[in-house]
Amino acid sequence: MTATVTTGARAATEAWRGFAGLRWRDRIDVRDFIQANYTPYEGDSTFLVGPTERTLAVWHKVARLFPEERRKGILDVDPGNPSTITSHRPGYIDRDRELIVGLQTDAPLRRAIMPNGGLRMVENSLKAYGYRADPFVTRVFGTYRKTHNDGVFDAYTPEMRAARKAGIITGLPDAYGRGRIIGDYRRVALYGTDRLIESKRAERALLDARLSSPDVIRDREELAEQIRALGELAEMAASYGCDVSRPAVTAHEAVQWLYLGFLAAVKEQNGAAMSLGRTSTFLDVYVQRDLGEGTLDETRAQELIDDFVIKLRIVRFLRTPEYDALFSGDPTWVTESIGGMGGDGRTLVTRTSFRFLQTLYNLGPAPEPNLTVLWSPQLPSGFKEFCAQVSIDTSAVQYESDDLLRPRTGDDTAIACCVSAMTVGRQMQFFGARVNLAKALLYAINGGRDEMTGEQIAPEAPAPAGEYLEYGELSAAYDRMLDWLAATYVNTLNVIHYMHDKYAYERIEMALHNHPVYRYMACGIAGLSVAADSLSAVKYGRVKVIRDDTGLAVDYRIEGDFPAYGNNDDRVDSIAVDLVKSFMAKLRKHPTYRNAEHTQSVLTITSNVVYGKHTGNTPDGRRAGRPFAPGANPMNGRDRHGVAASALSVAKLPYEEARDGISLTTTITPEGLGHNPDERPGHLVGILDAYTASGGFHMNVNVLDRATLEDAMEHPEKYPELTMRVSGYAVNFVRLTREQQLDVISRTFHGSL
Amino acid sequence: MSTTVAPVRGRIHSWDLSTGVDGPGTRFVLFLSGCPLRCLYCANPDTWHMRDGKQTTIDEVMAEIERYRPFITAAGGGLTLTGGEALLQPAFTASVFRRCKELGLHTTLDTSGFLGARATDELLADTDLVLLDIKSFDVRMYRRLTGGDLSPTLDFATRLDRFGVPVWIRYVLVPGWTDDPAAVDGLGGFLAGLGNVDRVDVLPFHKLGAHKYDRLGIPFALRDTPTPDPDLTERVREQFREHGLRAL
Repeated sequence: MTATVTTGARAATEAWRGFAGLRWRDRIDVRDFIQANYTPYEGDSTFLVGPTERTLAVWHKVARLFPEERRKGILDVDPGNPSTITSHRPGYIDRDRELIVGLQTDAPLRRAIMPNGGLRMVENSLKAYGYRADPFVTRVFGTYRKTHNDGVFDAYTPEMRAARKAGIITGLPDAYGRGRIIGDYRRVALYGTDRLIESKRAERALLDARLSSPDVIRDREELAEQIRALGELAEMAASYGCDVSRPAVTAHEAVQWLYLGFLAAVKEQNGAAMSLGRTSTFLDVYVQRDLGEGTLDETRAQELIDDFVIKLRIVRFLRTPEYDALFSGDPTWVTESIGGMGGDGRTLVTRTSFRFLQTLYNLGPAPEPNLTVLWSPQLPSGFKEFCAQVSIDTSAVQYESDDLLRPRTGDDTAIACCVSAMTVGRQMQFFGARVNLAKALLYAINGGRDEMTGEQIAPEAPAPAGEYLEYGELSAAYDRMLDWLAATYVNTLNVIHYMHDKYAYERIEMALHNHPVYRYMACGIAGLSVAADSLSAVKYGRVKVIRDDTGLAVDYRIEGDFPAYGNNDDRVDSIAVDLVKSFMAKLRKHPTYRNAEHTQSVLTITSNVVYGKHTGNTPDGRRAGRPFAPGANPMNGRDRHGVAASALSVAKLPYEEARDGISLTTTITPEGLGHNPDERPGHLVGILDAYTASGGFHMNVNVLDRATLEDAMEHPEKYPELTMRVSGYAVNFVRLTREQQLDVISRTFHGSL
Repeated sequence: MSTTVAPVRGRIHSWDLSTGVDGPGTRFVLFLSGCPLRCLYCANPDTWHMRDGKQTTIDEVMAEIERYRPFITAAGGGLTLTGGEALLQPAFTASVFRRCKELGLHTTLDTSGFLGARATDELLADTDLVLLDIKSFDVRMYRRLTGGDLSPTLDFATRLDRFGVPVWIRYVLVPGWTDDPAAVDGLGGFLAGLGNVDRVDVLPFHKLGAHKYDRLGIPFALRDTPTPDPDLTERVREQFREHGLRAL
């Protein structure tokens, strides 16, 4: 013990040379370290450098494998060796030339199985791609080791199963890893695992003094697992020749150590979203120090980031084709939050913030990592202009309002997945997918019967019976239906997260959090614009109900005009706002597992297509099976007054009532940002400033025209890198299903005449 | 204090928000109905007749603008009046600009200049920028293309110069119609003699409005006219640049 401390102290002296600040030395506090040591950068992008030959050689070596992977669905899989932090021998892209090492398995793009989430998911995935399940794995996880999926289905009620099957509650993480937990991977670089273990032991010691209640017992067991996982991380790192038991001494080591922490997480969990956090400004401290000491130059600094990003681009999980239909393009949501302002008024933008964005030029556009700029009108203008230029050139960046985040989750907030905010290392969330608000409206009209099957899913309830829908009557029925839905939903999520903690606990990710951690229960809603427009049609027009011979309402005839959400028209925007507020209030009534704080998102990812497919005709005139608008977007083509009006409607949705994020995906044609290309970045900056100042939370920015996408559908081989933001994440356009491609093309393109 | 006395009404086709195409930044663009010209390449034939527009009061218009004022102010932009021909309704146009100036909004008038004489000095005083469409510098071609005379537009350009109102020239480039080097050169020479031309936007002719002609049952005379290729567009820009103009 004494020996360890001495070694640790000596390592720290060297590793922490020249660093300022005290608090972060005594306790685990990365934010304090950043604040005490980072160098804000107010300049422009002219210092950036292009890729080196070495970088391109490494990148091309792995990029060459992508076409085959795309064709086959997966390049390769290891079906016999369930993944753990230490399950696989080291793997390399190009051992001699890689600067940052470490792969999920022993070869690039070779996927691993993680049956803790669910054995069936693993077996179905293997089968779908032509692999045989390993008999040993099947025996272990079928006989001796229960999975998360088994646990959930043991505890689901018939009502939960029915709601899930009907698709009114959808996308639930009951057969796959829930994800959306961000380990503070920076801790590995700053402290090394010895120190982190020491700190976890101290947290554990406090629990040992307490009564062994179920909660305390669970916490003790989790901390024991966390400590074990940190040891495994050190062991895995050692297999790559890296001693992460001690802190990183150089920028090179800092990037490497941080990456190894993240790598341990993606070896252990196939969470839906495995986000990175907020690492660029942290890493910049190390880069600045080495630049100052003359041991690093700009070219090498950019190489480190480029190499790191190459690794983040090739994170892979084994998933079923059905999952891919829901979340298209094989996303991993390695979300990195960049920029933002500090609580003291200094910008958190550093040169390394620029270097991360520069990878989109150096390596070409790509959907991962999910580069997320925390935007504020106060950001330095050089950075804003660069972000806008990158968006215009690549359509690969999303923006979230730092001005909404900072007062709530602080200036060390990171985004998990698409729009889910949390304080790094202090907060986590239970991902809860979403409910289908449009379908719920149809249930209200049909007294709880499903409009597609006629089955009674929600409890039988009085239904509006007239020839025409009447607004007051419908609103009341909808309100009652949403009461039921909120109750069923929270109950279902409680089951899922209880079982996930029990059978598929995120050991290493949670080891990189403080104990106790603050938890959110992240609920969500889909189909908001369909529901709002439908209610608007009933309120401002006349909607006649068409019933089948069983009395089931199956279609609607709309008479007269009605205002549509997305045109900055309060008559209908207020309906959308009220829906968000009222559903949030209903969710809050139901206690959550581990007392997590309820939040909700207005986000669909790409599942708007699948949800639409499972939803019948709606009173706004949308036909059965047609996609919803993504996230909080106005319905495709109904926002007729340009991007500003559309964005202002969305900006009215109160973030306080949707703290898990409100997603807007915008597509602007290049001409829509001005005839003159030189002026476009400035114009986009103006739009982002104004949207943020108007209370807007999130914007995916695509700068594309329809003709390009149509050509890419016909000639995918010409557009291997065509990237666009779909809904909280970016995809390779050519990897979307044809249905999703058509959906994207049918969306509103804000252009100019 | 508002100088508007009577409730001025206008005939309005529609409004929209645009960025970087109707003046600087993000703008509230008000399309007025009615136009005295019949340009063959007009992208908005649905705005030709004043009678088709919706009677709207100045207060209604200002209420709509007000809902975008914070956004426009934060984004950097303002209001653009276009049409149709905004100067066909000069009193209304003047009132909207006056009210916008009272709110501190940047004002832009998009006009062919054909009715420039109807713009009062007060209106020009409230105008921060004019987008002046000069369809051709060849008198006969101008008439063939628009059905009107060129001289009022040139007079208006000169008057704007005298008043010191900044101007962006809009020049729609239509192959076979407005690409004659001599005519372009002539226009360049004229513009170079003015002191208020900030830039010349050479806009490649497009046919995005063709479907409107179909819907309205009006023949679209330029249906078979090709859009200009980039080389031609660049040549014309270069011609303007040779006169010391900033051509984009």
